[in-house]
Amino acid sequence: MRQKQTAVVISQREIAPDIYDMWLETALAREAGPGQFLGIYPKDKSTLLPRPISICEINEQIGALRLVYRVAGAGTREFCGYEAGDSVSILGVLGNGFPLEQGMGKKVFLMGGGIGVPPILELAKRLEGDKQIILGYRDQKLFLKDDLKQNGRVYVATEDGTVGTRGNVMDAIRENGLEAEVIFACGPMPMLRAIKAYAAKKGIPAYISLEEHMACGVGACLGCVVKTKEIDGHSHVHNARICTEGPVFEAAEVEI
Amino acid sequence: MNTEVKIAGVSFKNPVMTASGTFGSGVEYSEFVDLDKLGAVVTKGVANVPWPGNPTPRVAEVYGGMLNAIGLQNPGIDVFMERDIPFLKKYDTKIIVNVCGKTVEDYVEVVERLGEEPAVAMLEINVSCPNVKEGAIAFGQRVDALSSITAQIKKHARQPIIMKLSPNVTDIAEMAKAAEAAGADALSLINTITGMKIDIHRRKFAIANKTGGMSGPAIKPIAVRMVYQAAQAVKIPIIGMGGIATGEDAVEFLLAGASAVSVGAMNFVNPYATVEVLEGIRSYMEKYHVENVTDLIGAVEG
Repeated sequence: MRQKQTAVVISQREIAPDIYDMWLETALAREAGPGQFLGIYPKDKSTLLPRPISICEINEQIGALRLVYRVAGAGTREFCGYEAGDSVSILGVLGNGFPLEQGMGKKVFLMGGGIGVPPILELAKRLEGDKQIILGYRDQKLFLKDDLKQNGRVYVATEDGTVGTRGNVMDAIRENGLEAEVIFACGPMPMLRAIKAYAAKKGIPAYISLEEHMACGVGACLGCVVKTKEIDGHSHVHNARICTEGPVFEAAEVEI
Repeated sequence: MNTEVKIAGVSFKNPVMTASGTFGSGVEYSEFVDLDKLGAVVTKGVANVPWPGNPTPRVAEVYGGMLNAIGLQNPGIDVFMERDIPFLKKYDTKIIVNVCGKTVEDYVEVVERLGEEPAVAMLEINVSCPNVKEGAIAFGQRVDALSSITAQIKKHARQPIIMKLSPNVTDIAEMAKAAEAAGADALSLINTITGMKIDIHRRKFAIANKTGGMSGPAIKPIAVRMVYQAAQAVKIPIIGMGGIATGEDAVEFLLAGASAVSVGAMNFVNPYATVEVLEGIRSYMEKYHVENVTDLIGAVEG
């Protein structure tokens, strides 16, 4: 059941310019799965809405969630100042998460681009199969690559070519001659569009995690919709709620 | 302590309701709050046919509030009657259905369908959504248009009708009087205030619709002022809303002249806001030895 709770910051550090890595102690860790997200509430009352932040890693033993996020505005700017012991209001666990069963025992691509890399980590940890992890970054300031290396073969693309393939994750697939039976991905929209087209051409399923501006996070406000091929179950108008029916969709089912 | 209020002959166990569009049909927030505790659930606007709504982005945060331009995405009256009404009927709360349309005929079609359902206590007529091109606010910004649609809907409505007024007008008292004269049983105000936000880094509108309706705590003083002005102008009851976050906020609206209050955008900020507002009203009544919540209605002095 989704709820608003108080979590406690265990640790926080900057792992790349403006990219922060924060562990939170919360009972919600035991309900969370890869690809789901939390709403994090800023304390400053001029910034009211919960910030949707994906779950990077889950530690069920100690009841902790790892969030790796980019400072993008006033809310995340506030979050990056939190220190161990600080309390933080969270809403969760939100969203559907990645369908692990679709990848079990298969040859898979796990693809993350930029701030879309974090949710790939817990997915890579839980998924059992032939895992090819393809990561896209702007430049040599990589993050989470070492964590991911422990969970599969990692291929890197950088826009400026300083590490790995010059270009994007699709270029990395081509350059390394990689093939897969199923794709899981999170990243910027141009990357997800390219993956959708690639998956359609290859005739394989791709599970992509989408992002949109949100207000409530629980499916009430209808702010964060994506156009769908079929009639959606809620409003019956080809507009699914990313926070509730998503954020993970089969690429063929959404018009992006 | 008595928290019961009456609006147009309908009795509510307490004056706390949900503002249309912020609470769906109650399903999502029923995970967080016991709907039995609410005076009423006011549903998201429903039209005669499904409406897809506006392109995204549909929401943006602003200082102390937010803008939205959802565009009244809704599944239409058929799905609403089959799915949402049976859900709400399971709870001991009053059902108020918000009705939207592009033409008077659209509104009348929905109003007539809802007339078949005795579980619906009242109808709230949305003539104030700023985010759709046809209908809605077009009916709520001119006295003659508001009078005309109010009178026509009243003719077909089985339940008492609440006209939901827009703050995007020159004289709210004049609009309130026009709705009352045309047969409205109650008024609700305020709907959102039209606003705009520009992302200066991308040089783009923050919302695809360019303009959006502003809600949240930042608009509360405007809402209190308009509720007061409307209450001074009419005898029919008023449901007040606009940035209500706490019981104290709600009491302010009651003192200004509202008979009930709705919690809107603050549901997004605090999913427990509705019940906390009710608890806050009770604490206030206890502190100031107020026996009946109705004693607070319009009780501002001076």
